[in-house]
Amino acid sequence: MRLSIEIRSHAFDELQVLEGIALDVEDGEIVAVIGPSGCGKSTLLGIVGGLIRPTDGSVTTHGVLPAGTLNPFTFVFQDFALLPWRSVADNVAFPLEHHGLSRAERDGLVRDALARTGLSDFARAIPKQLSGGMRQRVGIARALVVRPALLLMDEPLSALDAQTRELLMEDFLALWLRDRVTALYVTHNLDEALRLADRVVVLSRRPGRIKRIVPIAIPQRERAGGSAAATLSGLREELWSLIRDEAAVADREMVHA
Amino acid sequence: MRDVIAARAVPFRGGGFLPRTSRATAFLAFIALLAVWQAAVSLRWISPVFLPSPYEIGRALLELATSGALWEHLSVSLVRIASGWVLGTACGLAAGTAMALFSLARSVGLPMVSALFPIPKIALLPLLILWLGIGEISKVTTIALGVFFPTVIAVYSGIDSVPRNLIRMAQSFDVPFRDIVRKIALPGALPSILSGMRVSASIALLLLVSAEMIGAERGIGAFVLQAGNLMQTDQLMAGVTVLSALGLTIGTVLSWVERKLLAWR
Repeated sequence: MRLSIEIRSHAFDELQVLEGIALDVEDGEIVAVIGPSGCGKSTLLGIVGGLIRPTDGSVTTHGVLPAGTLNPFTFVFQDFALLPWRSVADNVAFPLEHHGLSRAERDGLVRDALARTGLSDFARAIPKQLSGGMRQRVGIARALVVRPALLLMDEPLSALDAQTRELLMEDFLALWLRDRVTALYVTHNLDEALRLADRVVVLSRRPGRIKRIVPIAIPQRERAGGSAAATLSGLREELWSLIRDEAAVADREMVHA
Repeated sequence: MRDVIAARAVPFRGGGFLPRTSRATAFLAFIALLAVWQAAVSLRWISPVFLPSPYEIGRALLELATSGALWEHLSVSLVRIASGWVLGTACGLAAGTAMALFSLARSVGLPMVSALFPIPKIALLPLLILWLGIGEISKVTTIALGVFFPTVIAVYSGIDSVPRNLIRMAQSFDVPFRDIVRKIALPGALPSILSGMRVSASIALLLLVSAEMIGAERGIGAFVLQAGNLMQTDQLMAGVTVLSALGLTIGTVLSWVERKLLAWR
């Protein structure tokens, strides 16, 4: 399935947030979106996922959806968005409950998602008993259980400490290399974008426009090795030079807003 | 020349502001209060006509229990408070949920609730007696009205403060509206609803006693008033003790329900 995003403009009342966004996401691709604070990254994700109606524009899919998908466009949230009164297994089962599945089918899907994310031993725990990293694993398991066509990841690691972020990135990459789920990945973190993405879309400050699309030719499984370090370092410099001045201006705008 | 300063420990400054409760201390303080009270009455420092001793109150309470009068009054009061509380809570839950979820209900309901909530509901009892008669319905309605408003506010504000991201999460999975209300909005509002119930239960007890003092022959409130009129202060205090026990029981039950339902917090 290929995704075409065409947002001519999007505004919240008088505030122009996005302008002239035209982007195609290919099947099995991870596209990272970076840009200064307030440039409309999360708004873009909300529009793609159907949670925000664009002022002028549309998002269309081409081709067939993956077989058995129960929720083609599935979010992974920055703050996990877990139901604190439900156990891990019940949180993962939540998006399945209105699909008319039998109890056995539902339990099977939940068991599989928990196993894939290393949560099988924590099925009966409640969110407050888990670390931040484990909570986000639950968020990922809940996203995977509906067999998504596109994962919409809204800064999924930004609430976590550096070590947990590193571990979860490795896990996410392993999952992605196995299942090849298409993903749109919003982040502030250049290293996350360079580690995970096939292409990095750099947005300008508000109203967010596509400033540049930077492809990363190195396969993901080779990026952790030392041989890719020089290339990735160069790309990091390039990305930082694209957003540095804009980020500084955006920061001042946020302070004085 | 530099001064030689003797080594000294950095003083600890982080103490205090951590008050704790001790059951043993509370129990001893209660016993001490009863002892002083008993002594003050026994030594005639206080006239038993104005304040009977704990022993006399206990004896009056025992007599009331053995004669059957206590249950006769208490059962009437329990039926009134339970009916009024259930009615007010059910209506409050429905109205509060509607106001939290629907623009029309919020536009109509919010100004009305804000305007009517501050009225002391006992002031409406004479009007309700005119409309509904002196019987049970006017008393139950007064209690229900008193319970309704805090319940509406607790439910409305509880649902309103459910984290928006949880609703968005459910919408992102295409969860139907009814399921979002049932599985996210109401469970998320439960802490607020239960603390609203604590407030409404206290109001219900207050209105029960007031309503029974104004227009009833039976019930704990009526019993306390009659005892006061006859200067039977031991009976009066026995009635007050029963009301205190009733309030404590309601509080204990609600605490237990909170512990069971909000264990996830």
